[in-house]
This record gives sequence, C-alpha cells and structure tokens, in this order.
Amino acid sequence: MALLKSLSARKNDLSKPENQLAFLSNGIFREGKLPLFKDKIAESGNFPLKPKKLEVLQLNLGYMCNQVCSHCHVDAGPDRKEIMTKETMQQCLEVIKTTKAHTLDLTGGAPEMNPNFRWFVEEASKAGIKDFIVRSNLTIILANKKYHDLPEFFKKYNVHVASSLPFYKREKTDKQRGSGVFDKSIKALQMLNEVGYAQQGSGLKLDLVYNPAGAFLPAKQGELEKDFKEALKEDFNIDFNNLFAITNLPISRFLEYLIASENYQDYMYALVDAYNPAAVESVMCTNTISVSWDGWLYDCDFNQMLELKVKSKVQHISEYNEDLLNDREIRISQHCYGCTAGAGSSCQGTVA
Amino acid sequence: MSKTYYNPDDLRKFGEITEWSEELGNKFFDYYGKVFEEGALSAREKSLIALAVSHVVKCPYCIDAYTKDGLQRGITKEEMMEAVHAGAAIESGATLVHGVQMMNKYDKLSI
Repeated sequence: MALLKSLSARKNDLSKPENQLAFLSNGIFREGKLPLFKDKIAESGNFPLKPKKLEVLQLNLGYMCNQVCSHCHVDAGPDRKEIMTKETMQQCLEVIKTTKAHTLDLTGGAPEMNPNFRWFVEEASKAGIKDFIVRSNLTIILANKKYHDLPEFFKKYNVHVASSLPFYKREKTDKQRGSGVFDKSIKALQMLNEVGYAQQGSGLKLDLVYNPAGAFLPAKQGELEKDFKEALKEDFNIDFNNLFAITNLPISRFLEYLIASENYQDYMYALVDAYNPAAVESVMCTNTISVSWDGWLYDCDFNQMLELKVKSKVQHISEYNEDLLNDREIRISQHCYGCTAGAGSSCQGTVA
Repeated sequence: MSKTYYNPDDLRKFGEITEWSEELGNKFFDYYGKVFEEGALSAREKSLIALAVSHVVKCPYCIDAYTKDGLQRGITKEEMMEAVHAGAAIESGATLVHGVQMMNKYDKLSI
C-alpha cells in the first residue's frame, strides 16, 4: 500500500543505511545459503568490478517528492528536505561542460520541486549534452498550478522525459504509488503528447519506466512494452517511445516491504537464481557516476541511498576528476543482485 | 521429519530430482522448458493454461509458481481468476458428465 511518511520521518531502523547493509549481509548470506555478490561475480572474473567508459552523469536534485511510493529506494517524500543548492548546481555545471558522458540524467525525489530546477535545466542545456533526461513522476505536472507548464518547458529545452508508470491499469499503480496517481499520470502523459512528446517527427522523447508492483521480477522488457503500448493507446490514446523495465532493488522502502510481507528470502533467492553474468558486463555502475543532492559521488543511485561513496581520492563534485574516478573500484553488496538478474536492470532498462 | 507434507521451500529444490535419476530428470526439464517457449501459443497464454491446470491438479507449488509467473508477465488478476474458473468448470463438468453413467445404470437396473 502507498505510505504516508518516509522511513526517515517514521524513524524506522531501515532509514539508516548501515542497518540496511547489515541486514543484506546477514541471514541467508551469512549462513552461506546464498553466495555473497562479491563471490558470485568472482566466478566470472568480474571482481573487483571496475568502470568502463563513462556514459551517464546522473544528478539527484533532492529527495523531496509529492508522492510517497511504497517501493521507493530513495525514501523520498514531502517530508524530505534534502535539496541540491544553487552552489552545488554551479559545481555540477562546471563538470557538465567538460564531461565525456553523453547523457545527463536528472532525478530525485521529484527533481522539478527543486526551486532552482528550471534555471539549472536552462544552464545545463547550453552545454550541448547529447541526451538530457529528466525523470518525472508525472503527477508533479498536475500537483500545483506552477507545474502545469512543465510539458512546454521540457519541450523548449528538448528534454528527454523518462516517467514512472508501474502499470497500465489503475489498481496496481495506485496501490504502489498512492490513490489517484494513475488518473493524474494518464492526464500528464496526454499533456506531454499534446505538446509533441512521442509524436512522429517531433524529436521529443518520452519513455516510461516500469517496475514490478510487488515481490517479483519484471518480465521481458519487449513484451511489457508491447502490452503497455497497446493498452495505453486503446484506453487513453497515449503514445510513448520506449519502456524501461527496472527491477526493484532490496533497499530502503522496498526492503521494508519485503521484510514486512515475509517475501525477503524468496525475493533474494529469485534474484540470485536469475543471476546473469552477461548483465554484469554492462551493469549501470560501470558507465555511470551518480551525484547526490549535497555533491557527493557514488557508483549509482542505489549506492547513494546506502551512503556508499565512491572508492576514490575524489569523492565530491567540487574536486571532480573523471580520469581518477574511472580508475576506481566499484563498491558492491548484496543489493547489486537486483541489477544482474535476468536481462539485467538499470535506469535505462535492461542491459543484457 | 517435517510436520507437513508440503513445504514452500521444496519448490526451490525441484531441480534436485535430477540427482537421483540424471537422464530422466534432464529429459523432463528439457521437455518442460521447451513446452513453455513461444510457439503457436504465446508464453503468456501458456502461463494461464498452466495456472488453470495447477488448480485442477491441486498442486500448491505450481499455483505459487504460476501466480508469480503471471504477475511478472503483467497478467491481471481478472485474467488469472477466469483461467482458474475455466479449469474448475472442466473439472466439475468431468464429474457431472459421469451423471450420465449413473442415469444409464439406474435405468438399466430399474423395471
């Protein structure tokens, strides 16, 4: 069920990353029933995991969000006040001007809720990054009058919109993301279509992000995309470009759900059983740098939430050095099985 | 010994049947895997058939497995329940059609 407050506001033990990491290393892993991720990737010669060519710079503009989704790995919500300052944004802009990454990916929380969001998008767009993604939860567009023109704003800066929609039916979406979310999401998608998103010849990209509404893994991305396309077109006349299928990682609120629903053990077995060495080769952390709202650098957004800073001399955006960072060793734990199950999982969907 | 005949954890050990009869076990799993590939029927359709049959043969392991499989494939609960009814209708029909045998016998024995 959708929640009212973040783990942080509820002062839940799992709001502390060290408790999550301890949980993920105990039980079935300590007892040796399942192999540690480190040992598993060592079997295929992938330990230590090292970065390849940097492709994506992902910036988290803050944990504040208008929604409190039950699966959220960020533990985002209206009660989270962590927001990227203009000063940190300035430091990010300096990096954006020189980075070799071809994709800039803004995420949150709801990144649009950062008071300097529009200024930052305007400035960042000047750097001429090839693919400029904003991860929008869709409902923010309808949350307040001041956000109603976001589709036009995105269009103006040729932003590639990646939006979450857990399912093409109301019930499952609302259960995961909160009552009324489905109808608002549909309306927002229609607004994006109206200004040209996912319309032929417009060049404006609109992708959907699917993650399972429960303790199971996603089906094949291509099959899901076909189902979503048919259903959304037929029921709501909505078009989109691609669907990214993302596996829920066992951290934060999704970990809380797994434990409370007594699905944790089965879910970890499912992830380990579906382990795919081919997915390790192109796992997201090998081509991404994730920057937190306060400028710290991480191997991925999940490590950011677990406060596992990059293992490098350079750990903050203010001292960013791409060559030094590319020489680091990627930090891993058992949550990483979420990115290597089946066809793999990343913010850009499946990888193998 | 466990106190119940069914243990959910045993589903995970299904593959171990091969240890006591490798050839037959492997042949079964090869066959099983092949059956559920895309063919004239989609994998989705086969998943629903498997769910219905799971209920008819009353296999708790199969029900767990194909409910989860259906969720992964985006099969809705309405579709799942209709599949279960299809299985149940055939099963109850199979019982009721024997009523004809009962009627035949009744008539034969009666003056």
